[in-house]
Amino acid sequence: MASATFQIWRGERGSGKFVDYTTEYEAGMVVLDVVHKIQAAQANDMAVRWNCKAGKCGSCSAEINGKPRLMCMTRLNQLDLTQAVTVEPMKTFPHVKDLVTDVSWNYEVKKKIQKFTPRKPDAPDGTWRVQQADVDRPQEFRKCIECFLCQDVCHVLRDHNLHDKFIGPRFLIHAAQLEMNPLDTGDRLKALKDDYNIGYCNITKCCTKVCPEEIKITDNAIIPLKERVVDEFYDPLGGLFKMFK
Amino acid sequence: MADYPVHEYDVLVIGAGGAGLRAAIESSAAGAKTGVVTKSLLGKAHTVMAEGGMAAAMGNVDDRDNWRVHFADTMRGGQYLNNCRMAELHAKEAPARVKELEAWGAIFDRTKDGKILQRNFGGHRYARLAHVGDRTGLEMIRTLQDHGIHQGIEVHAEYTILTLLKDGERVVGAFGYDREKGRFHLFHAKAVVLATGGIGRAFQITSNSWEYTADGQALAYQAGAALLDMEFVQFHPTGMVWPPSVKGILVTESVRGEGGVLRNKDGKRFMFDDIPENYRGQTAKDPDEGWRYTQGDKNALRPPELLTRDHVARCINREVKAGRGSPHGGVFLDIAWIKEKLPNAAEHIKKKLPSMYHQFKQLADLDITKEPMEIGPTTHYMMGGVQVDGDTQMSAVPGLFAAGECAAGLHGANRLGGNSLSDLLVFGKRAGEFAAKFAKENGGGKINPADVDAAAKRAVAPFDRGTAGENPFAVQHELQEMMQKLVGIVRVEQEMQQALSEIPKLQARAARAGIGGNREYNTGWHTALDLDNLLAISEIVAIAGIERKESRGAHFRDDYPAKSDEWGKYNLKITKGPDGRPKVERMLVGPLTDEMKKCIEEQK
Repeated sequence: MASATFQIWRGERGSGKFVDYTTEYEAGMVVLDVVHKIQAAQANDMAVRWNCKAGKCGSCSAEINGKPRLMCMTRLNQLDLTQAVTVEPMKTFPHVKDLVTDVSWNYEVKKKIQKFTPRKPDAPDGTWRVQQADVDRPQEFRKCIECFLCQDVCHVLRDHNLHDKFIGPRFLIHAAQLEMNPLDTGDRLKALKDDYNIGYCNITKCCTKVCPEEIKITDNAIIPLKERVVDEFYDPLGGLFKMFK
Repeated sequence: MADYPVHEYDVLVIGAGGAGLRAAIESSAAGAKTGVVTKSLLGKAHTVMAEGGMAAAMGNVDDRDNWRVHFADTMRGGQYLNNCRMAELHAKEAPARVKELEAWGAIFDRTKDGKILQRNFGGHRYARLAHVGDRTGLEMIRTLQDHGIHQGIEVHAEYTILTLLKDGERVVGAFGYDREKGRFHLFHAKAVVLATGGIGRAFQITSNSWEYTADGQALAYQAGAALLDMEFVQFHPTGMVWPPSVKGILVTESVRGEGGVLRNKDGKRFMFDDIPENYRGQTAKDPDEGWRYTQGDKNALRPPELLTRDHVARCINREVKAGRGSPHGGVFLDIAWIKEKLPNAAEHIKKKLPSMYHQFKQLADLDITKEPMEIGPTTHYMMGGVQVDGDTQMSAVPGLFAAGECAAGLHGANRLGGNSLSDLLVFGKRAGEFAAKFAKENGGGKINPADVDAAAKRAVAPFDRGTAGENPFAVQHELQEMMQKLVGIVRVEQEMQQALSEIPKLQARAARAGIGGNREYNTGWHTALDLDNLLAISEIVAIAGIERKESRGAHFRDDYPAKSDEWGKYNLKITKGPDGRPKVERMLVGPLTDEMKKCIEEQK
């Protein structure tokens, strides 16, 4: 069995350092397997979040060799094992311990977004009639597993720390799936402009690149939302029309 | 009593998967102040892993479907050990619960006329599972989560409950800790709903995450409630077998629902060889008919790959044991073959099974549109659990309710795929409703400080022993290996007796478990604390397994391979006896009403 070295961030509340662990590995292993192996044999008290181990729950987000990824979906054969592999917590959220960060801000942000409000049912039995083609797009956004890697990599949050002004890509796609749901009657455009500051996003597409669900966050959600905001608030001709409507 | 943070609720829900969230929504809508405790972050519970769909006889795809057929299917699948009242309520109420999800923002796949689409699944007579591709569980938990957060439910994320607190007979609260800081918390509640899921971590090969350490079953048992049907552990026939690190991860039954077939190493489709008597009239006579069934031909019968999970798992086990398995000890599951039948099969597979495509591509370097998958059985679901009243979901302990996987009754000896998500909704709602009612009618009770102090003292003991103590991870691994080997898919008396003699040794080691570091997010400590529940319930599974001397549903005895009419009359009920040891009793299966008998007769 071959062995490799992993440098795992150990420490609490912001202070800490990389600690080297050398461990054996076998074919097909993912980074989370290695972390578990080290935890069980060499570092029982190491903090790490995980659940499904199949890329479906979005719990084990971390930065592997500096790149935001799910530990459970990163196979060792995708990494250069001749050098030490670094594993560290997401940088955009307050550090708790070792690989665990405090992501509670995300849950607070979601509460602020106007909830789903359906139109009156189409049929007497209280159900709706919707064509598949009309829900393909919102379904794409609902694939989101809330791993918050897009939030982690977004420079508005990561570098500029504008957590109190900007909701980040995760919640822009949340707003987008609500806005594009054919049943929804809510209107989140003003909030997107004034409160969620969608204008802060300058479409560098970093979020799209790290999305483990391969959701086209920028192209399919953020840009169309920006267009809707522009149409609603900044289109002079459209504004004239609205005045006389 | 030391000065712990105290949280006051009318209803405390333990667990935030489908059942817990649905219970909390209902209880909160009824005006009860509701708190939810969850071991993980919100939206990460095992429900998220459910793939295929939720069974509800809406008749959107096949108008011959109705609650009577669904009821009969569920009873047949459970080999008639089900709580028939629960099976009836479930079949009747599931459609309304699914439609409600749509009103809360879920976006299901659609039929051509714009209704909620339904798919075929094992043991269901008609296309019945409302779904979203193969990520239905994610859709469900996210919908409940997003609806719930606007209802004023308070969520304690990453908290673990150590013990329930009682005042005389009734439950009055719970005591636990938060994982982040390791502080203790006291929950004062007028009613408690257990929705903690399963016991999958007792086994080595499992689709369950770290959370499923039998907490609800153990908390209820220790508090004096009865457990039922604990011998029935479902091994899902299709888990991944390679690479080793992903062994056990679920491969959805929808692969077979969409036309996937099982083959052994010789390329033989072996499921046609062994079709149980009671399903013969419902199973396709040849591969062509089976294919037509998966493509929605109403006159075709289902292929044998869609027989119940217990049966399919055993057939796979048989092929592997007979030396006809795949290179890594499983068999082949092939969906790629449908390219012989469909022009753009690859695109079709990616659209219908996106997360399976993704999972195999990323974890096994395998393209399921081109090659067959290697699969084998994996520990998946616990049919047994807390005995509850079918209507209210209340256990034998007043004020203590249970719903979802940690409760027993609906599924009997074997659960049908798709009946779990609907179970969570139907009985989650009922548990929330009746817990809120109980809280209103009975008010609060008094907590005994001595109980709290004892639990706290016990919980910090691993730190006193420090790293010189037993490694909690090692004890857990050994238990998992032992249970897999001795109380697994095929059981015999002697092996289960051996398991019973091993468990006290592991318990002694668990009592010596030690941990270094401090109390902040200390995963080793959490693992040490989970051992008590896992060991207590593992022992009960083995005891029940030894007691039932027949093979039925998920419980297969090599030494008693036949089904026995005598045993078919009983459920096994386990309570904590006066000597503190598990006490087993036979309990007569509840009688069917005349209407229920008619439903079953109609579908024979």
